[in-house]
Amino acid sequence: MRIREQQGHMGNDDLGPVQEMVRSCIQCGTCTGSCPNSFAMDYTPRTMWRMVLRNESEALFRSRTFSLCSFCYTCTLRCPRGLPLTAAVNALKQLSVRKKVDVCRHSILFDQCFLESIRRHGRVRETEFMMLYFMAMKNPLLPVRFAPLAWKLMRKGKVSLQIPCRSEGRLETLFHKTAKRERIP
Amino acid sequence: MKYLYYPGCSLEGTAREYDRATRALMTALEIPLMEIADWTCCGAGAGETFSHLLSLALPARNLALAEAMAETDQVLSPCSACYVNLKKTETVVREDPATFDTLRALLAEEGLLFQGNMHVHHLLDVLSRDVEIKKIQGLVKNPLAGWVVAPYYGCRCLRPFPVFDDPESPRSMESLIQATGAHVLPWNMGGKCCGASHMNTDPEVAEVLTDAILAAARGAHVIVTVCPMCQLNLEGYQEKLSRRRGSDLRISILYLPQLLGWALGMSVEALGMNLNLSVRNPLRLSVMKGKKEHCLTNVAETLS
Repeated sequence: MRIREQQGHMGNDDLGPVQEMVRSCIQCGTCTGSCPNSFAMDYTPRTMWRMVLRNESEALFRSRTFSLCSFCYTCTLRCPRGLPLTAAVNALKQLSVRKKVDVCRHSILFDQCFLESIRRHGRVRETEFMMLYFMAMKNPLLPVRFAPLAWKLMRKGKVSLQIPCRSEGRLETLFHKTAKRERIP
Repeated sequence: MKYLYYPGCSLEGTAREYDRATRALMTALEIPLMEIADWTCCGAGAGETFSHLLSLALPARNLALAEAMAETDQVLSPCSACYVNLKKTETVVREDPATFDTLRALLAEEGLLFQGNMHVHHLLDVLSRDVEIKKIQGLVKNPLAGWVVAPYYGCRCLRPFPVFDDPESPRSMESLIQATGAHVLPWNMGGKCCGASHMNTDPEVAEVLTDAILAAARGAHVIVTVCPMCQLNLEGYQEKLSRRRGSDLRISILYLPQLLGWALGMSVEALGMNLNLSVRNPLRLSVMKGKKEHCLTNVAETLS
């Protein structure tokens, strides 16, 4: 009973637009069969769409399935119902940002740091973006994992140390006005 | 045909050799490129995580800047991620008038007029459809006879917009590769995903995908790519993946315009081939014999 209430509270309104996107899903499993990342997912894509339609918000946003989409668009092209599945995954990601879902926190922070760098400078500064990511993750071991690649890139002179710096970038107003417009439909 | 050129952020950074080779090749093919003045990031995959509107507004700004140049209505992007974002925005103009109006209003506040009349092309689209294959054949000075090349397309130049190739069985690179005198490796991994930015956030997942591509390329001397992210995933982790698999997965990874430029006799510097992370001398290859040897040796020296 309590679960049902919670689901109603979390699910109905939020998942509505995503449910509209996958309403006519026939559960054929073409998405699962096409997904290169399904082997690592706790629920298959097919199951995930069923969960969306059944309003199973709790389990949905605890699962890693949608955050493991690598946006290859294979399911979108193959879906026999022509459903915009990759766009629906993006809609779920946007919901998980608003819900501050923990399971995909790292990939959301990754994208957030990327956007922060382009908001500041107009174009991404790859090293600054990664430094922002390391700082946001607060995991001192994380840079170690990137060290071998960083070393290769530095030897080629392709990346250099960039201390993150703030500046009024060319995209500042566009970011600001887009956010304002989305809040007020 | 001339094109307005949108290089994208990667081509100024970790993929600068892709930019260099693209410009060099297009010059040789007499296809003028005009870089879009003051272009900004397309948002890559990150825009859409936070806002659908932002993910369209960022590319739309660049299309509006392209329009303002009043040179042509054709845009070329070598980066598959940029290409999809720009193409998505082009599609919205046609199919979603309400969103188009919102984008116009947003950009008007920036002092930009967005008319939505640009046509966006991937570099591979232009090379495979806009260039006569005979023209390339005629320009080849350094035939790549004996080379076996694995064409790797990745995802986003094929999907979700099946514009110039069959996303299920892509072949658009084959005639280009054959024009250089090289053989095409028969394989079915050309359109499979490399894991994209999961290599940063969920490496244990992306490594499985990249490993499968590298393993399937056995028998080839080179994998060619048309996307900075595919390139980095395929070239940046070969030692690590080889150790894990217990067998040697190392192989040269070149951008397609580098391979073509090389066949056209361009220098290592002109094509940025000294910047690639994985050039396992195509030069020491046992198949390379005879008169090709001297130019191959030259590369080996420059690269080492």
